[in-house]
Amino acid sequence: MKLSPKAVSLLQIAPMGIIFAAMVLVPLVIIFVVSFLDYDFAQVFPEIYLGSWKDVFTSQLTLNLYETTFKFVAIVWVVTFTLGFSIAYFLVFHVRSMQVRLMLLAAIAIPFWTSGPIRAVAWVPLLGREGLVNQALLGLGIVTEPVSWLMYSEFAILIAYIHLLTMPMVITISNSMMKVPRSIIQAAQDAGASEFQIIREIILPLARPGIAIGTIFVVTAVMGDFFIVKTMSGGQVNTATMAIVTELNAFQYPPAAAKSVLMLAIVLGLVAILLRFADIRKELTK
Amino acid sequence: MTPKTPKAEKTGLSRRSLLKTGAAAGVASLFPAPMLWAQNIKDIKIVHAGQSYSTIPNIAEQANKDLGFTVEMQTLDQTTQTNRMLTQADTLDVVDLPNTSMKYFLGRDILMPLAVKDYKWWDKTVPLFTAGTYPSGEAYSMQGYAPIKAQYYTSEKADEYSLTPTEWLVGVPLYYNADTIGIRPDLIDRPITSWADLLSSEFTGKVALQDGVAIGVPDAAMALEAMGEVTYVDKGNMTKAEIDATIDKLIAYKKDGHFRSFWTTFEQSVQLMASGEVVLESMWAPAVTEVRTRGIECKYNGMKEGYRGWYIMMMGMGHLTGLQRDCAIEYMNWYNSGWVGAFISRQGFYNSVPDNVKPLMSENEYGYWYEGKPATADILNPFGKVMETAGAVRDGGALWDRMGNIGIWNSLMDEDRYLVRRWQDFIAA
Repeated sequence: MKLSPKAVSLLQIAPMGIIFAAMVLVPLVIIFVVSFLDYDFAQVFPEIYLGSWKDVFTSQLTLNLYETTFKFVAIVWVVTFTLGFSIAYFLVFHVRSMQVRLMLLAAIAIPFWTSGPIRAVAWVPLLGREGLVNQALLGLGIVTEPVSWLMYSEFAILIAYIHLLTMPMVITISNSMMKVPRSIIQAAQDAGASEFQIIREIILPLARPGIAIGTIFVVTAVMGDFFIVKTMSGGQVNTATMAIVTELNAFQYPPAAAKSVLMLAIVLGLVAILLRFADIRKELTK
Repeated sequence: MTPKTPKAEKTGLSRRSLLKTGAAAGVASLFPAPMLWAQNIKDIKIVHAGQSYSTIPNIAEQANKDLGFTVEMQTLDQTTQTNRMLTQADTLDVVDLPNTSMKYFLGRDILMPLAVKDYKWWDKTVPLFTAGTYPSGEAYSMQGYAPIKAQYYTSEKADEYSLTPTEWLVGVPLYYNADTIGIRPDLIDRPITSWADLLSSEFTGKVALQDGVAIGVPDAAMALEAMGEVTYVDKGNMTKAEIDATIDKLIAYKKDGHFRSFWTTFEQSVQLMASGEVVLESMWAPAVTEVRTRGIECKYNGMKEGYRGWYIMMMGMGHLTGLQRDCAIEYMNWYNSGWVGAFISRQGFYNSVPDNVKPLMSENEYGYWYEGKPATADILNPFGKVMETAGAVRDGGALWDRMGNIGIWNSLMDEDRYLVRRWQDFIAA
């Protein structure tokens, strides 16, 4: 018996399709349904209750949560992009030896050899009131008493994000940069282009897929995180994801579900926009 | 995974008494059936899930030595444990839970009611649990989730709590304690005697609260009431208007930069205090001890408005039947028979049956932990580490000096839904 090519393709994607449906689509539908139900003390009642959605769409809290979340996304993106692009540019175009380049790339990953919680704890001896930075500032006479906004603040959250997310930016951007043909750059140099012009006119456009993928990574990581927000702010900052976690910990599933659906819609929308700047399929086949 | 329970044989003899005596072999000639049980219980496994300080491997080791069946321990965080109990109840056999989680399971056929007659130590249990009073007979504060609020079921159906004694227990109370404010006396030049000091402008930027509505909110309510900023009918079970007043005040304090941090884990509270980030904070007794063992001064004296009380309750799961159910009950009886109580008392918690604990602690240990007497020699923790040296006196004094003066209990309010929602506003502010 011989199957038609179409049937073969269907069979080939069937395992993935079934797993995807069972593990992703069905739970999503359940989450969506639960968001419309009534609840109390770790119970969800099969009665329609629109309060969770009303709260999501009309409360000041939602605005505050997304304002904070997008502020973090924007600042972290600007800084990690600037750092990531500069470091990648240096690694790809100024470091001549491939071995040195790979060694330097690997060195970027060294801080990530320890686990997240340990790194989170380690910020206190550095940024705390009696930490190294404060001691240095006091010692140099720059401040007369320890500054407290270094730790347990929005600043501390941003530092931790930038520390964590610069690496993926460097790696995705340098990956794109390495694919830029040297001949184009030489041609530009021969035509008298300055280094800045080469960056702006040639490297930036050609590195766009890497920038887009790195951006997706940074944006989704910041939007989906609550651990860094919690530990670095000392629980004093609330973001969209943090709010979902707080409700889950209080066993209040419907409002958490409503917030999750909104979050999913926003993240999918952002990713869809970002994918317009990069053809991932083309990137993978190249 | 829980192994299949062998079907229990039907007889008129109490199986439990046989499990206990271990003399099954001698009796076997008279009653052939018990021999079967003695062999059967060897294959039984009891899975006990609970707190980090109640499911220590040393305890499982001792249980497996003392009892004829196997005990396996799992330490779970409160959220995971509650979720597992709600969704995979039959993967657990015995659980212990803080008072504030009890209500999630009421009327849902998840927990097993325990007959008073099946629990050996009820007569010797402190009256906090049995009668809802202090030993003097005086009723304690009912603000928050007081022990008597979830100790008795009205009937075997286990669908309603009873405030007066019945024949059916919700579970076996294990540990309890009186919490207060942790203080860095070396960084504050006056005694701290009132919860109001937690929100005093003297300490702006140097205060931490526990991050949550079960402990952080009661602590804040104690402070707000002591300052006269908010008045409550029952600060452990606030009305919506009281919640609004509380959260609005807290938001104002937060905007003034009053709080240095909120903490979620024991380690965070230790780190905040030990590093000098805060000078006052919500704290648990063992965290205070941990700070002190690092050579840093930390005080834990009572406030004039009273302590914040809490307790841990142990329960069998509703799916238990037959021999496995008997073994679970036997385990619960064993757990409060003294050895474990002494072990955990050395971390600074009180056991609900002090009479059983006393013979298993040295006079020095019992005097220090329970009676408020100065230590006559080093006080060691359960693992042999020196916690206090000779001469030290426990902050707050004896058991009933501390436990006899409760201002509020950890809470799970009727308006929990509204409180969590407003707590979100507070964190976002």
